[in-house]
Amino acid sequence: MTNMVSIQGLSKAFGGLQAVNQCSFDIPKGGITGLIGPNGAGKTTLFSMIAGAIKPDSGKILLEGEDVSGLPTHKLFAKGLVRTFQIPHEFSRMTVRDNLMVVPPGQSGESLGWALLAPGKVRAQEQEVRNKVDDVLDFLQITHVANELAGNLSGGQKKLLELGRTMMTEAKMVLLDEPGAGVNRTLLGKLSDAIQRLNRERGYTFCIIEHDMDMISRLCHPVVVMAAGSVLAQGTMDDIRRNEEVREAYLGGHAARKLDKDAAK
Amino acid sequence: MSEPDLILDMNALVGGYGGNDILKGASLTVRRNEIVVIVGPNGAGKSTLMKSAFGLVKIRQGSVTFEGEDITNMRPDLVVRRGMSYVPQEKNVFPSMTVQENLEMGGYLRKRGIAEKMDHIFQIFPRLKERRKQAAGSMSGGERQMVAMGRALMLDPTLILMDEPTAGLSPLFIEQTFDRIIEVNKLGISVLMVEQNAKQALEIAHRGYVLAMGRNRHEDTGAGLLGNQEIAEMFLGG
Repeated sequence: MTNMVSIQGLSKAFGGLQAVNQCSFDIPKGGITGLIGPNGAGKTTLFSMIAGAIKPDSGKILLEGEDVSGLPTHKLFAKGLVRTFQIPHEFSRMTVRDNLMVVPPGQSGESLGWALLAPGKVRAQEQEVRNKVDDVLDFLQITHVANELAGNLSGGQKKLLELGRTMMTEAKMVLLDEPGAGVNRTLLGKLSDAIQRLNRERGYTFCIIEHDMDMISRLCHPVVVMAAGSVLAQGTMDDIRRNEEVREAYLGGHAARKLDKDAAK
Repeated sequence: MSEPDLILDMNALVGGYGGNDILKGASLTVRRNEIVVIVGPNGAGKSTLMKSAFGLVKIRQGSVTFEGEDITNMRPDLVVRRGMSYVPQEKNVFPSMTVQENLEMGGYLRKRGIAEKMDHIFQIFPRLKERRKQAAGSMSGGERQMVAMGRALMLDPTLILMDEPTAGLSPLFIEQTFDRIIEVNKLGISVLMVEQNAKQALEIAHRGYVLAMGRNRHEDTGAGLLGNQEIAEMFLGG
């Protein structure tokens, strides 16, 4: 399998804190890669580097074989790389619908010329975007809050909106930072379905940071475990579950026993 | 007529944040020494119901009674003085302050005994003692949650409110956080929390409420809710 993203010896320090330390792993194309590890392991910092929000001190990031290390976010976005945030970054004074409407870049209505000279074209395109928004709202089951200000949504609904924004783009590589945190478990099942469908039907490659082990074991292969800024282990969820270091540093007794039990079924 | 061990009584609350009502008649009680958990779908009003005990929600109808006193729509700073603490889900520490300073901030109403209280909190959270001089903002999610809980304990509350204390934590930290909550409860402090890790939370809870669309849907012991097939499918993820 070819790699969508290849991370090679990436490092980043904040003052005296070595957040990411000589980290290397691959994100296979067309797959759903899980990224897990204790709080403070450097997972989100790594995401920020892949997405171009912060520059690595050293090391390389390849996107489909092309060196994209240090490229700014908007250039990576144009290449089809999108990320969501652990703490949602919605436009809080805009409605949910408008939050989704503004995502597709290069809409003709943004240009005064098109708006004046070809209002029909602008309207047609806007209708197209609007239809897409309706699909996304329906898909995520948040149609009933479409006209609410995004700032008034509950924590879990904001998470869904974050995923919805990635669905409005022509993404090929999507980085999801804890899509499940603060989301009701039943809804999380639906969110997992959505991710799986986007992967299978639209060919998105995903890399997901998540602490919900049900979600990770259901969706992700391979699973990469980070600790103290580098890769501690990687493989299938079964390999990870059996790894003593991972059990001790990350899973803890409760989660490890539950995974053992689920695996025995 | 109130039971002697009833400390929080929220009765038929209607209200929200100024726009549409989020709570549409929800009720909830907490008794002394109880751990009570609110679960339910996203947008059900779980956090809103909890916050309405702390004066953070505009209540239009219904009443909130704490230790026998009507505190409906009372300002949070006055509620704190009556022995209730609140741990928000996000932004729950002062990031540029050290652990110790964060705890001192939590004890701002104490006239004396700040050092003793802090020692006591360090016994529950030994990790915080090791890191007392470290800026809270540089700590990991699980440690920050301990700082926030520690801060809330500085005033010897009788009731502590927690909004998704395990959100974003690794499985190991989730387990540790629930263990700490049990310890806090054993000190005689009642706990009211909203949790998405509903199964684990209900395992340690005395009672639980299932909320949907701003109203009560179910109410039972923690074990009772866990054993209910319908609830498991609808709200706990099967």
